[in-house]
Amino acid sequence: MRKLALDDDILLTIEKPARYIGNEYNMVKKDPKEVDIRFCMAFPDVYEIGMSHLGIQILYNMFNEWDDVYCERVYSPWTDLDAVMREKNIRLFSLETQDPIKDFDFLGITLQYEMCYTNVLQMLDLSGIPMFAKDRSEDDPIVIGGGPCTYNPEPVADFFDMFYIGEGETQYRRLLDLYKENKKNGGSRKDFLKLAASIPCIYVPSFYDIEYNADGTVQSITPNEECAPAKIKKDIVLDMSSSPYPKKPLVPFIKITQDRVVLEIQRGCIRGCRFCQAGSVYRPVREKNIETLKETAREMLKNTGYEEISLSSLSSSDYSNLPELVNFLIDEFKEKHVNISLPSLRIDAFSLDVMSKVQDIKKSSLTFAPEAGSQRMRDVINKGLTVENILTGSMMAFNAGWNKVKLYFMLGLPFETKEDNEAIMDLCELIAEEYYTIPKQERNGKVNITASTSFFIPKPFTPFQWAPMCTKDQFIEKATIVKNKMNTLLNKKSIKYNWHEADLSELEGLLARGDRRLSSTILAAYNNGCIYDSWSECFKYDMWQKAIEDTNVDMDFYITRERDTDELFPWDVIDIGVTKSFLIREWNNAKEGKVTPNCKLQCSGCGAASFGGGICFENKN
Amino acid sequence: MEEEFVLKIRIKFKKQGQMRFIGHLDIMRFFQKAIRRAGININYSEGFSPHQKMSFASPLGVGLISSGEYFDIESDTAVSSEESLRLLNGAMVEGMEVISFKKLPDDAKNCMASIAAADYILHITGDSNPITKEITDTFLSRDNVVITKKTKKSEKEIDIRPFIYELSSNENSVFMKVASGSVNNIKPEIVIDAICSLYNLEAPKGIYERVEMYANIGTEDNINLVSLESLGENIE
Ligand code: SF4
Repeated sequence: MRKLALDDDILLTIEKPARYIGNEYNMVKKDPKEVDIRFCMAFPDVYEIGMSHLGIQILYNMFNEWDDVYCERVYSPWTDLDAVMREKNIRLFSLETQDPIKDFDFLGITLQYEMCYTNVLQMLDLSGIPMFAKDRSEDDPIVIGGGPCTYNPEPVADFFDMFYIGEGETQYRRLLDLYKENKKNGGSRKDFLKLAASIPCIYVPSFYDIEYNADGTVQSITPNEECAPAKIKKDIVLDMSSSPYPKKPLVPFIKITQDRVVLEIQRGCIRGCRFCQAGSVYRPVREKNIETLKETAREMLKNTGYEEISLSSLSSSDYSNLPELVNFLIDEFKEKHVNISLPSLRIDAFSLDVMSKVQDIKKSSLTFAPEAGSQRMRDVINKGLTVENILTGSMMAFNAGWNKVKLYFMLGLPFETKEDNEAIMDLCELIAEEYYTIPKQERNGKVNITASTSFFIPKPFTPFQWAPMCTKDQFIEKATIVKNKMNTLLNKKSIKYNWHEADLSELEGLLARGDRRLSSTILAAYNNGCIYDSWSECFKYDMWQKAIEDTNVDMDFYITRERDTDELFPWDVIDIGVTKSFLIREWNNAKEGKVTPNCKLQCSGCGAASFGGGICFENKN
Repeated sequence: MEEEFVLKIRIKFKKQGQMRFIGHLDIMRFFQKAIRRAGININYSEGFSPHQKMSFASPLGVGLISSGEYFDIESDTAVSSEESLRLLNGAMVEGMEVISFKKLPDDAKNCMASIAAADYILHITGDSNPITKEITDTFLSRDNVVITKKTKKSEKEIDIRPFIYELSSNENSVFMKVASGSVNNIKPEIVIDAICSLYNLEAPKGIYERVEMYANIGTEDNINLVSLESLGENIE
């Protein structure tokens, strides 16, 4: 049996020791001496969150199918263990071999949300790896970043040796081969970085110099090495059906957030909502073949013993064979006591029918994400959901026995007015009125409407990347408008309103559109004791505030400023396929409240066709 | 009409090594999935969210290892014990092993209701065992061993001596057979603590192992302990 990195006394005093001992079912065991490359995949958050992430499972499985690579895992130690490790000088270790991370060839960190950045520093720090890439020696692992935040990696650029821009399935083999070749030739760390930069989707931030204008905006991004291309091109999987997928995913001992088999049915989204970064950076839509999905579902359930399977995609209703797939899952697995969970389905006759088969209507709720209250605003954000859609869907559902409705909105969208905020509650009222048209004896008690709002944060590579973001006070004011409006409603007793904290949104906004100068701010926040910022019980707003002051960050510059369309952005070094001219066109359409059709209805020439696959080449008739 | 036919099956397993850091609820979840991976036939309850008919004998605390844990399942068909063991052991992780799979008589009580006693060993991990044979002998010769049991609300004095059926010791371990189950449940640490405080010993460092669990097929006064697995028989 392996020797654990933590001794018994520690394991018996910390919370959930299962987070740190590995040994999960389907954990891959290899002899590290028999491989050429040791890769540690890291998720900078607690085990239960990190283990729920599909991307790591995909890459873990793909890497370990290669004989010359052993891929292991590490997650952020929770605050209790974090304190013990600092006190006793224990180095961060991998779950599989329990070896120090510092001994690995690669540390791959996935960046899923901005508020994990202090945890990235925690992991580097606890590993004994210098936080700044420039301070690393030949013995340190190559620290590589991936995931959605790498579409603007600038605020953390100084902490990484390189970023992989795009979907990991395609270029890692090439990258690892270059690593082996470099090692064989006795090349240095820098030699490897140069070789890596020859792969179009690898971004080596130290190979670029950034110059700033007097007003603080970026003047130029210039390669300082010959091997470094002017732009880094996102790489994507073209044939989703043949691309690697974990048939034997890890099965944790403790309950995790996504404690089920996850079946990814497609990547990308046809809808083009203007606030959505995922919808933009994952273009174009690529579907998986239905037969592949059926087979994968069977194998994954058999290999894990899970009693639940969930479909995963940005918008499952848009999958062309959805009815066939869902009916297959019900027919094949319902008898075997497998729960089928269908998130992000549009409410219509089909989805209500399958939902009534797979869930308890009395307990479940209908979910709508209109994102904005008024039709005018929904046109601004290009959300093709109308009041009629919502009311018809609700009525069908009420007739089928549902009486709980959840609605999700954003506050602080571009061009939003007080009336738009109030319209959120008008919509809730309409739904309630609709419900109460049902004769009393036929309805199922009171209707329960829950409206939740989050604060809009402009993200890079969306048509709203030029938009000003609201201040904290403006956000709170908007939430108050909604709340006050609710109190005027006849049906206010049937309606509940929730809103998020604004402190975190402000920081997320700062980091989302930040530049390289923010690395010192993140480091200062970390040094002030900030980790697990996305956990309300850990979030230290005052310590972030202090870091922002101490490093002289002008929040207005990053957050509330409206950007010009000719401004060079820190993230413009990356090419996601979708062109800037398309984004500008969409930004102008938003101003005019003009709707753009989805990719299935009509191609809008966003630029993503340059990848040569997906939806862009399907509906050509 | 066909008659409802239910097989009661008792499964015995070991939980060793690093698995001792996995708590009881997670072990239950582990077996729910392992049964499905192994393709063992198991019955489900009725209702909208049916669950497997599975019940565990007694939770094992985090930190303890065991070579004698039990749970019962209900099934309507079963392949041989040998084949079932092979299938289940193909669905285990390092540290977990299924060691018996037996059919119970139709009128058998479930394992949780049956349990009357358990064997424990304290494996000493320190240099020497302060609890010598002389000490266990004198301890056993006492008529009573009164300890104070603290609960959240109150303190209660109880005599644990009648519930210690056997006690012995050698250089690197201490063995005990004690009452267990819902009526008189003696935890092994309580016995070791009682010995240490009576004889002024420093509590030895070590790992506790549950070795076996028993049912009483005798009477309350004249106990006759048999292992929980011996109440079932192999399926050929
Ligand atoms: S090129 Fe056209 S079809 Fe392809 S993703 Fe862009 S808008 Fe959609």
